[in-house]
Amino acid sequence: MAVTSGVPRPVVETKRVIGRGQTSGGIDDVVNSPVLVGPQRTPRWWWIGFGISLALLGLYLFSVVRLITVGVGIFGNNQPVSWAMPIINFVWWIGIGHAGTLISAALLLFRQPWRTSINRFAEAMTIFAVVCAGLYPILHLGRPWVFYWLLPYPNTHGLWPNFRSPLDWDLFAISTYASVSVLFWFIGLIPDLATLRDSAKSRFQKLFYGVLALGWNGSAKAWQRYNRAYLLLAALSFPLVLSVHSTIAMDFAVSQVPGWNNTVMPPYFVAGAVFAGFAMVLILAVPLRRAFGLEKLITLRHLDNAAKLMLATGMIVVYGYGVELFYAWYSGVEYEIFMAYNRVFGADHGWAFWLLIACNLVAIQPLWLRSVRQNPLALFVISLFVSVGMWLERYVIIVVSLTKDFLVSSWGNYVPTFWDWALFIGSFGLFGTLFLLFIRLLPSIATTEMKEFAHHDAHHGSDAFETIREAYYRGEVRA
Amino acid sequence: MSTPRDDVALYGLIAEYDTPDEVVRAAEAARKAGYTKMDAYSPHPVEGMEDALGLRPTRLGFVVLAMGLVGVVAGFGMQWYAGAEFYPLNIGGRPMNPWPSYVVITFEVTVLLAAFTAGLVMLARSGLPRPYHSIFNAPGFERASRDGYYLCVESVDPRFDASAVRTFLEGTGPVRVEEVAT
Repeated sequence: MAVTSGVPRPVVETKRVIGRGQTSGGIDDVVNSPVLVGPQRTPRWWWIGFGISLALLGLYLFSVVRLITVGVGIFGNNQPVSWAMPIINFVWWIGIGHAGTLISAALLLFRQPWRTSINRFAEAMTIFAVVCAGLYPILHLGRPWVFYWLLPYPNTHGLWPNFRSPLDWDLFAISTYASVSVLFWFIGLIPDLATLRDSAKSRFQKLFYGVLALGWNGSAKAWQRYNRAYLLLAALSFPLVLSVHSTIAMDFAVSQVPGWNNTVMPPYFVAGAVFAGFAMVLILAVPLRRAFGLEKLITLRHLDNAAKLMLATGMIVVYGYGVELFYAWYSGVEYEIFMAYNRVFGADHGWAFWLLIACNLVAIQPLWLRSVRQNPLALFVISLFVSVGMWLERYVIIVVSLTKDFLVSSWGNYVPTFWDWALFIGSFGLFGTLFLLFIRLLPSIATTEMKEFAHHDAHHGSDAFETIREAYYRGEVRA
Repeated sequence: MSTPRDDVALYGLIAEYDTPDEVVRAAEAARKAGYTKMDAYSPHPVEGMEDALGLRPTRLGFVVLAMGLVGVVAGFGMQWYAGAEFYPLNIGGRPMNPWPSYVVITFEVTVLLAAFTAGLVMLARSGLPRPYHSIFNAPGFERASRDGYYLCVESVDPRFDASAVRTFLEGTGPVRVEEVAT
C-alpha cells in the first residue's frame, strides 16, 4: 500500500484527465485506504507534519491570548498605518480560498471534467483558509470580544450597524461565503461519507462516518434532487466568490487613500485571489498526490490546467499593476502620482514592489512551456514564489499607500513587531492542523464524482480534444 | 434463499447488477411491466435512470428561487428600515437611503437563503438525516456505495407478488435477487 510502506514506489504518470482503466472499486481503494487504516498505521510524515502544525497552532493561540490580555498595541499598527499585517494576512488568506470555490463551482458550470479530482481538497483548503482569514479582522478590532456588534441583532443599545460601510459589507460577504462553502463541501461529501460508512472496519469509523453520512442510500430519487441541489449551489457559489473579493476590494476602493481609490480594484483583486489560490492548490496537490499515490487521479493534466489558469490570472494581475500606475499618471492628482512614485522607487518600501514583480511577473513566465507545466517540482517552486508575491502585493497596497498619503506632517512608517509575525506564522499552524486532519479523516478526492467520470471515460473517452489529438499523432487525422 | 419467508415482513425484492447500463435496462423493463413503487440505488448518479424509472422532475429549483426572492426583499428591507426609518444617521450629508450601498448585503443575504434552502430542502425531501432504512437490510448492500447497482421493487407496489417479481427480476440478468426485510 502506497501510504504505509516506506519503500519507494514506481510513479506512473499520465497526461490524461484520468489514468486508463480506473474502476469504481479501484478508485475507492486508492482514495479511501489512507483514511480507513487504523491510527497505528498513520504514516510517519503525517505525524511529523501534524506535530509541526500543532506547535505553530500553539504559537497562534499564545499570540491571541497575548493580544486579548495586553491589547492591540502589541502589533506594529499605528497611525498612519492602522491597517497593517492583520489586514494583509486577512486578504492573503481569503484570496487563497477563492480557488477552491472557483474549481468546485465555476468549473462545474463550465463543464470542465478535470475539476473532479481536485475539487474536494480544494474546497477544504477554501474553508480552512477562510477560517484563518476571518479571524484577523476580528482579532485586530481592538476589543475582539464585541465583534458581534457588527451584526444586526436586537440589542439594548437600540442601534443598527452602518449598512453603508464597506466594513459591514465585508462581514456579510465573509460570513455568507464561509457558511455556503461549508454547506457546499458537506453536501458534496455525503455520498463519499456513505462509501466510507459501508467499508468502515472499526466501531469508531462506523459510528463517525455513519452519523456524518446522514443515512444516505443512493436512491435514484435522492440522486436526482442531489444533482439539482449541487448544481444550484454551484450556480450560487460562483457569483458569491466573485462578490467576496470584490467587496474586500471595495474596503479599499471606496476610501479616498491614494492608491486605493481606484475602480480597477474589484476585478484585479478577484484575479489576484484566483492566482494565489491556484498557487496554493498546486502547493497542496503536488505533495498530496505523491504521498497518497494519487497520480492516476490527480494527473499531469490537472497540474497543467491549474498552471495555465495561474498564468492567465497572473497576467491579469500584472495588467492591474500597469493600470494602477497608468491611472496614477492619467488622473493628474499629485497625491496619486506621488504614491505611484513612492511605491516603485520609494526608499523605504521600493524593494517590496520589485520583489513583487519578480515573484508575480518574472517567476511565472516559465509556465508558458508545457514541460514546466507538467513538472510537479517546478510548479511547486513557482507556486511558492506566487504565494510570497501575492502577500507582497497586499503589503505594497496597504502599507506603502498608508505610510505617505496627503499631509507630509502625517507621514509615518510601519515596522511589524514580533507578535505580527507570530500571529501570521501561527496561522499556518491553524491551516496545517485543519488540513492534515482533513486528509487523515476524510477522502481528499470526491470518489463518487470520480466513479461517474470513470464510467463516462470508459464509454466516451475523457474528452473529445484528446481523442482527436491522439488520432492526429497516429496520423489518422490531418490538421 | 429462494423460498419466501413468512416470518419477516417484506420491504421488497432487490436485484443486484454489475453495471449502470444493466440497471437502467432493468428499471425500464420494470416500468413497462407496470411496477410503480420501486427505486434504484447506485454509488453515483446514473445517466438515464430518471427516465427509466419515470421519475418526475424535481421542483427544488422553484423553492430555491422563492427563497432567493425572499432574501432580496429581506436583505434590502432590513437595510432600508435601519438606515431610512428606524435610525437615520446623517453621515457627511449623504442620502439616507442610498440603494447602491445596499447592493452587497442584499446579494449576500439572497445567496445565503437560497443556498441553504437548496442544501437543506434537498436533504429534507430525501428524508435525511435518517437513522434507519429497510433497504440497508438487503444482503451485501455495502456495494451500493462502491460498485454495485440495485433495483428494488417494493412490497407496497399494487402489483407486488413475491414470486412473480422474483421471476421478473431474475429475467433481467442480475447478479442475484434477494429479499429485503423491513
